[in-house]
Amino acid sequence: MAPPVTVNTINPKVIECEYAVRGEIVILAQKLQDEIKIKPEAHPFEEILYCNIGNPQSLGQQPITFFREVLALCDHPSLLDKSETQGLFSTDSIQRARKILDQIPGRATGAYSHSQGIKGLRDTIAAGIEARDGFPADPNDIFLTDGASPAVHMMMQLLIRSEKDGILCPIPQYPLYSASIALHGGTLVPYYLDEATGWGLEVSDLKKQLETAKSKGINVRALVVINPGNPTGQVLVKMLSQSIRVRIDLNNKPPMVLQVYQENVYVPEKKFHSFKKVSRSMGYDEKYIHLVSFQSVSKGYYGECGKEEVIWKLPGLVLILVMSPPKAGDESYESYISERDGILSSLTRRAKTLEDAFNKLEGVTCNKAEGAMYLFPRINLPEKAIKAAGEAKTAPDAFYCRRLLTETGIVFVPGSGFGQVPGTWHFRCTILPQEEKIPAVVTRLTDFHKRFMDEFRE
Amino acid sequence: MGLKALDYETLNENVKKVQYAVRGELYLRASELQKEGKKIIFTNVGNPHALGQKPLTFPRQVVALCQAPFLLDDPNVGLLFPADALARAKHYLSLTSGGLGAYSDSRGIPGVRKEVAEFIERRDGYPSNPELIFLTDGASKGVMQILNCIIRGQGDGILVPVPQYPLYSATISLLGGSLVPYYLEETANWGLDINNLRESVAQARFKGITVRAMVIINPGNPTGQCLSEANLREILNFCYQENLVLLGDEVYQQNIYQDERPFISARKVLMDMGPPISKEVQLVSFHTVSKGYWGECGQRGGYFEMTNLPPQTVDEIYKIASIALSPNVPAQIFMGLMVNPLKPGDISYEQFVRESQGILESLRRRARIMTDGFNSCKNVVCNFTEGAMYSFPQIRLPPKAIEAAKKAGKVPDVFYCLKLLEATGISTVPGSGFGQKDGVFHLRTTILPAEEDMPAIMSSFKKFNDEFMNQYEDNWNHSRM
Repeated sequence: MAPPVTVNTINPKVIECEYAVRGEIVILAQKLQDEIKIKPEAHPFEEILYCNIGNPQSLGQQPITFFREVLALCDHPSLLDKSETQGLFSTDSIQRARKILDQIPGRATGAYSHSQGIKGLRDTIAAGIEARDGFPADPNDIFLTDGASPAVHMMMQLLIRSEKDGILCPIPQYPLYSASIALHGGTLVPYYLDEATGWGLEVSDLKKQLETAKSKGINVRALVVINPGNPTGQVLVKMLSQSIRVRIDLNNKPPMVLQVYQENVYVPEKKFHSFKKVSRSMGYDEKYIHLVSFQSVSKGYYGECGKEEVIWKLPGLVLILVMSPPKAGDESYESYISERDGILSSLTRRAKTLEDAFNKLEGVTCNKAEGAMYLFPRINLPEKAIKAAGEAKTAPDAFYCRRLLTETGIVFVPGSGFGQVPGTWHFRCTILPQEEKIPAVVTRLTDFHKRFMDEFRE
Repeated sequence: MGLKALDYETLNENVKKVQYAVRGELYLRASELQKEGKKIIFTNVGNPHALGQKPLTFPRQVVALCQAPFLLDDPNVGLLFPADALARAKHYLSLTSGGLGAYSDSRGIPGVRKEVAEFIERRDGYPSNPELIFLTDGASKGVMQILNCIIRGQGDGILVPVPQYPLYSATISLLGGSLVPYYLEETANWGLDINNLRESVAQARFKGITVRAMVIINPGNPTGQCLSEANLREILNFCYQENLVLLGDEVYQQNIYQDERPFISARKVLMDMGPPISKEVQLVSFHTVSKGYWGECGQRGGYFEMTNLPPQTVDEIYKIASIALSPNVPAQIFMGLMVNPLKPGDISYEQFVRESQGILESLRRRARIMTDGFNSCKNVVCNFTEGAMYSFPQIRLPPKAIEAAKKAGKVPDVFYCLKLLEATGISTVPGSGFGQKDGVFHLRTTILPAEEDMPAIMSSFKKFNDEFMNQYEDNWNHSRM
């Protein structure tokens, strides 16, 4: 009798779903890393350079001091009763911790909170959203979650009733969407971002995809927009947002907007505008548009990936610190500003350096990273390489990435993990390795690419 | 304008069908009353810190240091933190891939999973493999992940004890599966009768359901009973014969209030039984930092351990875990600290033991106070809380009360609990939220209110109950005349 939980009898939706960001290439990278630990000469490189995942603090980015002071005090509130604490913590972090703890019932930071998250903290977040957008925000419409990913899952759970329900997703997209749609048994309806115009959103393509889906009997229920984009990094400009609004109205789809990179904007000519702000400024309130926006503390300049804002935990602590950071005159203000600006300007520099390096490679073009944490260069692979990939039974972009990994230790994610126009190949690279490591990344990549093209050029 | 996608009418039906009484009607009513200024005693959730239980000092010191590692470089840090906390913080920071702010391995920090494996080995006497241990954001997430793998559709059934903790019924509902109930015997201390199990499976199969898994909650929630070794053997044999994966919810394993049936893990019994069973029965065991004497519910720390699952299945589960990138890192540190406690000789050891023993002994006393208190009430019968954190008294409602409930459009135990809430501020969860035999009513409270408040709470309850019973029995007697 076959045991109940084998691959043949497991829920098929589980089998179907895929997530390349921590997929095959990464698993190989971890294996190689273990091999180097045991035998340092095992490979032609001394360390693995992880450029696959937006995980800033794992690559040396320092947390914002003020935030961590407040968190430490909230984790161990009895520190606030000791006079020695003033010798180790800044005055404003102590004040802020007290203020936050006063909002937590019984100062019990280890207790389950309200299922939406502690009321006082949601109030602060609502105020922060209001200050950002200029329109009122209701704390009862805010849910704090274990990171943005579970929140997206929740939305998919609500929206997807069967495989006849479709969700419009940008291609390329962050594969959380494709994975959660598959897991919940729905249908992904792709709309293609235009690489030639800096990954612009073409409303005409959106309409076309919508019609095609309808003709196949798919009931399209939501539109996912990632702004700034992942993996593409473009920042949607107000005008484009406006045209989307008009179209959405006519078709009654709730846009599901992911805004995790809002602080990561690297081009002076563009600014982040939230969808809510744009739609409200156009006069569309909640009667016309259902809008679900996601924000996270994993990115920005604070990069607190491991924290997760949890429904039941010190909910939204980092989020509210982000929403109301130290102000001019506060003791921690100077160090906060210098830490923040240091990180953001470094990210901007790294984005530029890597973008330039990619554009110098033969057969490679790379759009500017306007925002987010990634570059998504396009590579024109020679026929010979595509054939070799076919023989190795891998997608051509995965073939390239695998070779890159085994020869240089650099980890990229193949573009097929995000979706691309069929017949085109890309890979995603983060801009996160520490600045002093970037020259090494560039050198190794450039040398490898030349060798690869020499081998496979027609 | 037509219906929008997130309008109520067009939502996924499974979402609408789900019920979770622990934060259901009673809780919502209690919150309303609290807003109006009434003093409410929340006994609806096993949430110790919300009722005044203090966190253990040592783990909080360690995590605070991990949050703010620059403290470790400060020459004055010794004024605030003992040396063993400093050492432990350094240890856990070294296990992370960049401190608390970095995503860890999607299965959890390898070093912490190793500590969990060592804990399991010390507890059970059998080696455990860290590769088969996944850390999760609370045990509930782990349960949902595993059930998501098992349930393919309506035709898949999961055996669940009745009464049960409604995470199971809710999740099965959400995933579109079928709940197959097996009844625990109230008159036999909520014991498990293997014949009930067989009957339930037979009935399910007759209806065309493929029964795929069996859930045990040990110690039980809401019932508190501790399974004996003989029971566990029976269950494992049963799973072997019927080809079921066993899901062992063991989150209350530290909460034991009697000495006749200490906690034994399902895994230990499985291994004791030797091959072929020990190599064939698939088992997933769950644990947490939310209960025990730690009570760190808000941290969201848990794990599951897989036994006898094929490697390909483990890979699929890993893949799903990786979509959420990483379980939350501070909670993983709490888990490490829980499974790898202080030892005699450590500076903070005495304080740690004092704090933990204090909590456990008080829980034991409160279990007794509540059981006895309920048993002294009219028409109330209560089994002793052998373990976990709850008391689950049976309330024998007179027919007139049941009628009044019907008139008010409420399930009888909900009716009773609402009246109890309005009269005394005690917020409980009606037994219907957990499942019970037809016509038999219960309520669940926790044993967590502070010890000094207990006598007042129990006498407040008794006053309300005895008046309620007199009122509805009197009417009944009256009408018979």
